[in-house]
Formats: sequence, structure tokens, C-alpha cells
Amino acid sequence: MEVVRVRVRFLGRRGERAGAWQGRQRSARVKERRRRWAGPSFRAGDPAAEGPVNRCGAARYSGGAGRGSLRAPELSCGSGGYAARPRRCRAGVSSMTELRQRAVREPDAPPEDKGSESEARVDGETASDSESRVEPAPPPAAADDTPEVLNRAFSKLSSRWKNWWVRGILTLAMIAFFFIIIYMGPMVLMMIVLCVQIKCFHEIITIGYNVYHSYDLPWFRTLSWYFLLCVNYFFYGETVTDYFFTLVQREEPLRILSKYHRFISFTLYLIGFCMFVLSLVKKHYRLQFYMFGWTHVTLLIIVTQSHLIIHNLFEGMIWFIVPISCVICNDIMAYMFGFFFGRTPLIKLSPKKTWEGFIGGFFATVLFGLVLSYVMSGYRCFVCPVEFNNDTNSFTVDCEPSDLFRLQEYIIPGVIQSVIGWETVRMYPFQIHSIALSTFASLIGPFGGFFASGFKRAFKIKDFANTIPGHGGIMDRFDCQYLMATFVNVYIASFIRGPNPSKLIQQFLTLRPDQQLHIFNTLKSHLNDKGMLTAAMEDE
Amino acid sequence: ETDVDDRYGDLDSRTDSDIPEISSSSDRTPKILKKALSGLSSRWKNWWIRGILTLTMIFFFSLIIYMGSFMLMLLVLGIQVKCFHEIITIGYRVYHSYDLPWFRTLSWYFLLCVNYFFYGETVADYFATFVQREEQLQFLIRYHRFISFALYLAGFCMFVLSLVKKHYRLQFYMFAWTHVTLLITVTQSHLVIQNLFEGMIWFLVPISSVICNDITAYLFGFFFGRTPLIKLSPKKTWEGFIGGFFSTVVFGFIVAYLLSKYQYFVCPVEYRSDVNSFVTECEPSELFQLQSYSLPPFLKTVLRRETVSLYPFQIHSIALSTFASLIGPFGGFFASGFKRAFKIKDFANTIPGHGGIMDRFDCQYLMATFVHVYITSFIRGPNPSKVLQQLLVLQPEQQLNIYKTLKTHLIEKGILQPTLKV
Repeated sequence: MEVVRVRVRFLGRRGERAGAWQGRQRSARVKERRRRWAGPSFRAGDPAAEGPVNRCGAARYSGGAGRGSLRAPELSCGSGGYAARPRRCRAGVSSMTELRQRAVREPDAPPEDKGSESEARVDGETASDSESRVEPAPPPAAADDTPEVLNRAFSKLSSRWKNWWVRGILTLAMIAFFFIIIYMGPMVLMMIVLCVQIKCFHEIITIGYNVYHSYDLPWFRTLSWYFLLCVNYFFYGETVTDYFFTLVQREEPLRILSKYHRFISFTLYLIGFCMFVLSLVKKHYRLQFYMFGWTHVTLLIIVTQSHLIIHNLFEGMIWFIVPISCVICNDIMAYMFGFFFGRTPLIKLSPKKTWEGFIGGFFATVLFGLVLSYVMSGYRCFVCPVEFNNDTNSFTVDCEPSDLFRLQEYIIPGVIQSVIGWETVRMYPFQIHSIALSTFASLIGPFGGFFASGFKRAFKIKDFANTIPGHGGIMDRFDCQYLMATFVNVYIASFIRGPNPSKLIQQFLTLRPDQQLHIFNTLKSHLNDKGMLTAAMEDE
Repeated sequence: ETDVDDRYGDLDSRTDSDIPEISSSSDRTPKILKKALSGLSSRWKNWWIRGILTLTMIFFFSLIIYMGSFMLMLLVLGIQVKCFHEIITIGYRVYHSYDLPWFRTLSWYFLLCVNYFFYGETVADYFATFVQREEQLQFLIRYHRFISFALYLAGFCMFVLSLVKKHYRLQFYMFAWTHVTLLITVTQSHLVIQNLFEGMIWFLVPISSVICNDITAYLFGFFFGRTPLIKLSPKKTWEGFIGGFFSTVVFGFIVAYLLSKYQYFVCPVEYRSDVNSFVTECEPSELFQLQSYSLPPFLKTVLRRETVSLYPFQIHSIALSTFASLIGPFGGFFASGFKRAFKIKDFANTIPGHGGIMDRFDCQYLMATFVHVYITSFIRGPNPSKVLQQLLVLQPEQQLNIYKTLKTHLIEKGILQPTLKV
């Protein structure tokens, strides 16, 4: 107990130089740490006193002056760049239980400097994720990105309502922007998806840089963006080859590029890989591997999702619009229900979410999905697969709507019959599917949000970036969409349609003649079995 | 203001200087070897142990090849699981995460999911006839993607629910570590199996080229090595690199010549439902039939022959060996960098004298992907049975449309005679 109390007392007075307990070793270690975090201009051998003494203070009053990702200095004390770089600024008091647990967990009694390390670890661990943080000085306002006009208009309202209004206006602005983009057609949508993807990648990579202080490894930014380019080239090449088949066959350079597409993509990736290996610097191996892993996981998350979104889009714009709107609606509805009725907390990760919001949002989203799909199924431009017309060299959405988008009579089950008083109801079959999509958006979509919340807590950031005033970064808006795109794509592939017929024909044409004949004969006997082939057809 | 590192300070450090050492495991050399070699000096003893283990591994490999493709598949699966285990164990040690018991369950669960997804796709492609028979398998194949996605989602949700307040960063690190490991090991092993189904020669020649490059580069470096190659691996030399390159190309050339004669190695692996086993019987494709090539003039004078009979596959084997010698070592450097970054000497201690399984397979890492990409780009197009399977899944009207298109195409090309009736 004595030892523990001594530790607590020591930790309570953070600003002091090393007390008598650990003596010179402790101060040497502290000096070493300060030296490391000081920045690139620091040369080994400079006096440790060069390192800012009251870093927390300096950082706090300079605002979030670094690269925009860390908005609330009370959480993380400054952002990227080398101006002020304290890792943690807390004046927390470690709990006894945590210390005891730590002592139990490391029974091999630590030697002198290891003791300071473990104690430091304990302090960081308990204070880092605790809600009840005690800050001696009030944090300044974060760098405010709100446009001047809004600022002036709301200058009279209290800050809470101001925040609400800013968020509301930006929400409406984003929804209006969304509608405009839809109106402009699939090509513009594709470009927007591409831009959103690049911005999300940029945001996450910037967080990685801030976490790992890797701005002085300039190769790394080049390599990360290079890998993004490679993977995008691979995926977009595959999409282009599938959907623009005739266009590709016409142009000779495109044809060669598409024939050896995988090989070219692999070669590009290999070049990046070899550059990475050659760029490994002696003292920074771990950092570089971390950034390599970080880049790859980010690519896995972001690029595959955006690629699947584009696939969904080509299936028909309704498959793109309904899922995204369901997720947005669920966000808004859950917030409203939580605001008015919220009582029971949902999950420790996001203390603001409540069960009432969750369930209310679920029902509201299902209803919204039904209504929206009813409205949209009437229009060809949403329902038809996007095709590239060779003659007009543009995208067309013109077709005979499939069974999914034709009104059909459904018999209402007995229990609802008595309620509504109707025998049958006319619905589009797509509306049944929309129930599945909305259910996923409400039940599993929030897990994407919790994942992003956990990520932000793990890396001590409030928002991914500061792009949208009142909302944070692009990634903040799209974190719930994360799983939705994959789900829709898997859903379509499993339940709606099989493989793409034109792609199959294209694959067939590249086979060897004997393989082609074999497949043709098998197909013929299969169709014969099904009775699809009649003698009349044979003569065609 | 004291800069107090939190628990994960050492994870995010800018230099590697204060990373804790991972304690090396005990020596697992079998007692027999120890007794036999007890008389020699320690340097020769190490050399002998490595030599004996190398021969044992080569012998074991040949035995598996003899036993057939199914055993090879199981071997690849076993190696994949062991590599995954080794890398995950390193991650655990680095992040001290043994006290998060959920994490091991989740990592293995994700491995299971991804394997289920990949092997399900493979099985569906290659065992089409077998699958058509069984009703339950039909259901599983039809909704395969959905089922795999649902399984993965369950794991994802479990991860989110298992986030513990004080260990967020650790858990995210392990999550990312698991995923990158899966990306590396499972995709590679899946591609190895795809190559295997193309014909065992596409599996054997690349792997033996990499092994040969390892051994000959070591020997050349041992006898002639002078100029260091890269700071990452101070033992590698330019002489070893170049010597290994030439000898690997020659070796690949010879092995390709020897193996191309046998149907057992050359034919695509097929599953015959009547005998319920794998068969490798076919008419060898043009790639594996001897052809005469006229030699370029300067070789004519040297060898005093006009033409030479080669298998076209041998030309391809030159490309494969070149890749194995030039780019394969980068996989080795990557693994060396990884080991230095995390301060470990070997991935594990599975094979005495050699380290873990991952140590042996680090150079193979890129080779499998290259061979697969090479095959799909230059050798053959898409897999015919897969095309057929996808055709059978379509709607009847679509099938009819495709049938008409194909018929027109085949008649145009003269493959199908228009007068032929059913």
C-alpha cells in the first residue's frame, strides 16, 4: 500500500520535475522522451530544456492550428505538424484499482526504470479513456470553419441552438447537393463517388500520419497515394472492361490494356512494393511497417466499398439511392427519436445513442424505405440498368422495367386486413426488397458508426477532419454507409440477378474453340431439358 | 510538463530504439541430431542441421507430390494456418494482448470466414458436377456470397461489441493486424491452389525456382560473395544475387523440360464424380508438346545445331524463374524488415535451424500471385467450368439470348457447322 500511495502522490503533481522516488533515472528517461517528441529540428545533444515545458498550455491556446484533423484540444492537445506536440495532456488521478491490477499483472517486479514506465503506462491508460477528465484550464474554441455569413446570422443565438442550426442547414445543403447530383446523371455520380473516396482516404491517412508522426518520411505519402492509384486503376479497369465492352474492343490501345489488365495492375503494385522495401530506413522500420499496414487496411475499407457502390449504381440508380437514403434517414430519425424520447443508453461506445432512438429509427426507416421505393419505382430513369450507348457515346437509362418494378397485387395477411380494411394491396416487388435493405440499414448500419466511434476514441480525435462545418469530415458522414454498400452488392448478387450476361459472353469469346464448343453443347442440352428450345428456334 | 507515454507509447514511437525485445523461444533441435553432431564446432553444427533439415523438407515435399493433388491442397491449407498463427502470435507479443481473450477467438474466426469464402468459390468452380448432385450444397453455393458476408458481419459486430473502454487502440491494432495477415496469407494460398488446379507443373516449377534461388544465391554468396546487396540483409551479396539468377533460370529450364513429359504434372486437375477422386488425364495442350525452334545465329555457332526441340512451356519457365530471382528476394527483404522492426530473430521456432514456416515461405509470397496473374493474362482466359456454372444460373430468357449469340458466333468462326441438328 505504501508503494501505491507514493505513486499516486507523485502522479498528482505532474508538472514537477522527478521526485526523490526514482531519482536521476526517471528524469533522464523523461528528458529522453521530451527529446524524441520535439520535432525534426531537434538535434541530439541539444539541452533537453529546449523541449517546451508547458506544452499543454502552449498547445491549448494556439487552438487547433495544425492540420485539421484534431479539433478539440482538450482531448488531444494539438494536431499534426511540428508546432506543439504533446502526446497527452491530462491531469488525471489514477485509480487505485488500476494500479493494483497492473501490479498483479506484472508480478515480475520491475526494475527501477521499468517501474517508471509501468506507472506511466497506468497513468496514461486510466486517464486516457476516462470520461471524467479534469482540465485545469478551459479549452479554447476549435478552429471555426463555419462560413462568415452563417456566423453573423446566428451571432445572437445561444451556442447550443447555433450548433443545431448550423448542423441543420448543412444537412439540408448536403441533401440538396445530393439531389442535384442525381439529376445530373450517372457519370457525375461516378465522379462524386470517386472524389468522396479520395477524400476519405486522405482523411484516414492524415490521421495515421498524426498518430505515427511520420511526416518526415516523405516517401510515405508518395507511396500511399501511389497505392491508392494502383488499386483504383485495377478496380476501375475491371469495371470499364465489363460495362464498356464494345467501346473497349473498338479502340486498339484500350483493347490491349484490357486484355493484359491484371498483369499491368500487378506490375504497378509490385513497383510500389519494391519501392517500399527499398525505402526502409534503419531506425524507422516499425513506423514504416505500421504505415504500410495502415495504408492497406484503409484501401481495403474504402476502395472496395466505393467500387461496390459503382457496381450497384450500374445495376440501376434506385439500388444506389434507396440504400444511401435509408442510412441517412436512419441517422436523422434515430437522432430525433433519441432527442425527444431517449432514455436508455444503447452502448458504452457512443453514450448519446439510446434504445428508443434505435428502435424508433428502425421503424421510421422501414416506412421511409417503403415510401421512397414506391415513389421511385415509377420512373424508368431510376429503375433501368445504366448502359453505355455506343452510338451516342453516353449513358442511357432506357429499358423495359423488369418484374421487380411492375405493380403486383399482394394479399394482405389477416391481421393487417382488419386494421386497414383492404383485401389486397398493389405494390412493387422491389418494396419487399426495400424492407430488407432498410432493416439492414437500421440494425447493422449503426455498427459501422460504432466502429468509427471506437476508432476515434482509440486515436483520441473528435472528428475525422474539419471539412463540413458542424459535421466533421466526409468520413464522419459516411461511416454508416460503410457496410451498406457491400450488403447491397451481395444482396443483388445473391437474390436479384445472377452474373452479368454481357460479361459472360465476353469471357466466352476468350476461351479456346474446343472449350467454347463444350460449353455450347452443355448449354444446348440444358435448354433442351428445360424445353426452351423448339425446332422452330433451331432454324433461326 | 512531463511527457508521459501511455501504455501504447512504445507502439507509436518514432524510432525503434525503445521497443521491447521479444524473448526468443527455446531451442527445439531434436536430441538425436544434437548427439550426432556434438563433436563438431558450433558453426559446422549449424550448417549440418540446416542441411539435414533442408533435405528432410525436400523429401517430405516430394512425398506429398507423389500422393497427389488433394494432399497438396491439404498441405497448402496447413501451411497457411501455421503462417497465420505465427504472425498473429507475433502481434500478440508486440501488443501484449494475451489478456484480451476475445481477440484470439475473433482472429481465428475471421480466418475461418475468409477461408470459407475462398474455398467455397473454388469448390463451386471445380466441383460443379459434384455440387449439382447434392441439394444442400446447391443451396450453399447459390447463396454463398450472402452466407460468407453474414458470417463476416457477425464477426465484425462481435468485434464492435467487444471494444473495452481502456483498450480501444490495442483492439483496433489487432483488428488491423489480423486483416493484413489475412490479406497476405489467405489470398496467396488461395492463388496457389488455383495454380495447382491449372496443372501441378504450375505449382511445382515456381516453388522450386524460388527454393533453388534461395539455395544457389546462398552458395554463390558463400563462395564468391563480396559486395553487399542491401542494408536490410547484410548477408546478401550482389554475387549471390546474380549467380542465383543465372542458375535459377537454368534450373527452371531443366525442371520444366523434365516435368513437361508427364501427364500427371501437365494436365489440369479435375474431379471426376464417377470415381470420386481427382484425375489428371488429358490431351496435353500445345504448351506441352515439343516444338522446333530455330536458334538465333550466335547460338547456332556455339551449339552447332540449326534447331532445337523445346516445350513452349520452357519459354514461360524462363519468365517464371526470372521473377523468382529478381523480385522474389524483395519478399525476403520485406520479411527481414518486418523482423527487424519487431525485433525478432525468426518468426517462430518450428523448424530447427530454419526458424518458422513463414521464414521458409517469405520469398514465395509474391510468386504465387505472379504465377496466377501470368496464367490468366498469357496462358488461358477465364475458367471454362466457371463460365458454364454462371451460365446455368441465369434466367431462362437470358440463357436463350446467349445461346443464340453463341451459336451465331460459333458458326461465324466455323467451329460449329450450321447444318448440324440436335
